[in-house]
Amino acid sequence: MFGALVLVFLVMRVLPGDPAISLLGTAATPEAVTALRRELGVDRSLPVQFAAYLAGVARLDLGQSLALRAPVARLVADAVPHTLLLTLGGTLVAVAIGVPLGVAAALRRGTWLDYVASTGALLGVSVPVFVWGLLLLLTFSLHWRVFPTAGAGATPAAVLRALVLPAIATGFFLAGVVSRITRASVLSMLGQEYARTARAKGLTERVVVGRHVLRNALIPILTVIGLNVGTLLSGAVVAETVFTRPGIGRLALEAILARDYPVIQGVVLISSFAVLLLNLLIDLLYSLADPRVRAT
Amino acid sequence: MSPAVSQARAATGSEARAPGTPAVTIPGRWATVVRALPRRGPVLASGLFILLAVGFAVTAPLLPLQSPTAQSVVRRLQAPSPAHVLGTDRLGRDVLSRAVWGSRVSIAVGTAVVAISALAGTSMGLVSGYFRGPVSDLLVRAVDVLQAFPALILAMAVVTALGPGLSTVVWGISLGFVPQFARVTRAAALAVRERDYVEAARAAGASTRRILVRHVLVNGVDPVIVLCTLLVPSAILTEAMLSFLGLGITEPTPTWGNMIDNGRLVLREAPWLTAFPSAALVLTVVAFNLVGDAIRDALDPHVQETRVR
Repeated sequence: MFGALVLVFLVMRVLPGDPAISLLGTAATPEAVTALRRELGVDRSLPVQFAAYLAGVARLDLGQSLALRAPVARLVADAVPHTLLLTLGGTLVAVAIGVPLGVAAALRRGTWLDYVASTGALLGVSVPVFVWGLLLLLTFSLHWRVFPTAGAGATPAAVLRALVLPAIATGFFLAGVVSRITRASVLSMLGQEYARTARAKGLTERVVVGRHVLRNALIPILTVIGLNVGTLLSGAVVAETVFTRPGIGRLALEAILARDYPVIQGVVLISSFAVLLLNLLIDLLYSLADPRVRAT
Repeated sequence: MSPAVSQARAATGSEARAPGTPAVTIPGRWATVVRALPRRGPVLASGLFILLAVGFAVTAPLLPLQSPTAQSVVRRLQAPSPAHVLGTDRLGRDVLSRAVWGSRVSIAVGTAVVAISALAGTSMGLVSGYFRGPVSDLLVRAVDVLQAFPALILAMAVVTALGPGLSTVVWGISLGFVPQFARVTRAAALAVRERDYVEAARAAGASTRRILVRHVLVNGVDPVIVLCTLLVPSAILTEAMLSFLGLGITEPTPTWGNMIDNGRLVLREAPWLTAFPSAALVLTVVAFNLVGDAIRDALDPHVQETRVR
């Protein structure tokens, strides 16, 4: 976490370019540039700036937005729930599509179902979020008008309705990855001795797969979700633009256009924390899926 | 001469390599990979598609295309026709010409990002896996930190700090891809560091650089090559996302991402503006993914074993 703080600081401060000149433009007077440099705190030495930055983060003070004149922490706190909801929605879509597709492909290996599932998985990992998003928007919002074209909804029902299309667009990529790993994982588990024993006990194939094989295949599925949390978050950021939803992606884009450095810094930092947090959540889920993890 | 000494001499290059030493099998294995790829129809088609896309990208200035930036008010938003095979955009620019010129950006970013991140990540992985000490620990931590950032958001931050442009996009995306190469190479370096043949090469006086390149890197080269082929489409997609968001490479330079963004505003009236660059992007990414998967399968002993059975 400390490393993430250092990197964000370095990217935003050490790279060439004066934020004061970027904000004011090259036609600004030297006095105005000096005044803004002092306001931003970039006239001080780097170690002093870093110490002030660390002290601020420790107090959950990420600075003040230059464009919106509001605390960055509050702007980020308002945006994060929307993005997290979309990321979780995308994960649910990925699991809901990827796991059954992967299991079906493994159980019907070499049949048309396997080829359809493999092609679907390939499309999932190859079609970018914004292309899925535009296709869904065109079909279900502009043509059939089933779902809203913009916004995140005010009531719980409206929130869910506004979440459906962005979550599908965000989750398709991970659905492809989950489907591939589920297929591979179930295939390797079907040949294990415990599966044979379960069949020898007279259990139906449905019970063998549902209760024994799938549970053991869960660990690699969780691992692959953990590895792709960053990609999922990136997808959510793009989906927010396509569906004009609030969230850290929209906040970041508006901040970039306004050269609002404190907000960009806050968004990058909070994204890395979100990745670390979601990975921690996945680690906790490991123990639910596998009692051996709990034992250690 | 004992086998260990002869192996060590071969390793240090002080004696001609004896026939049948392990290094001879590598080109043979690669020949198997090259032979295996065209046997699968979709993979062969993907390979040809990639060759075609690269050909178009390289020869775009020589092709009989209209200027990708020439605007015309009277030609705005024309549907596909013999005069403009893929139609025109909101500024009357030829979509076919822009799609072909857009491929230059995608292919250039895909290959440059993979080359830079492979070079940086592999070097970091080799050093952190082979050596022990504070530098190695620092590199491992640096990789961990980089991995905590979503690649797109890291690229957005770098592009914002350095300003838009092809080179900043390449550096921004490369930074996010370095950890994957570093991890794969480090794992390979850790696995072979204590092996007898590395020990023998060291005892025979081989230089550290030679050991790293000829013994450690050679053993980790397969996953690096697979990663290269699988990360080219990821780099292309990340660049397209940046351009779509209006960052990175901006108008009037055509990229598939900014063409799709441009078409988004007139999605119902002129769907071809979004459809054609989307199709070009998706087909290219699918082709790279199929070839990458095929190379991975061909190099994976487990898959080979399954096929033999």
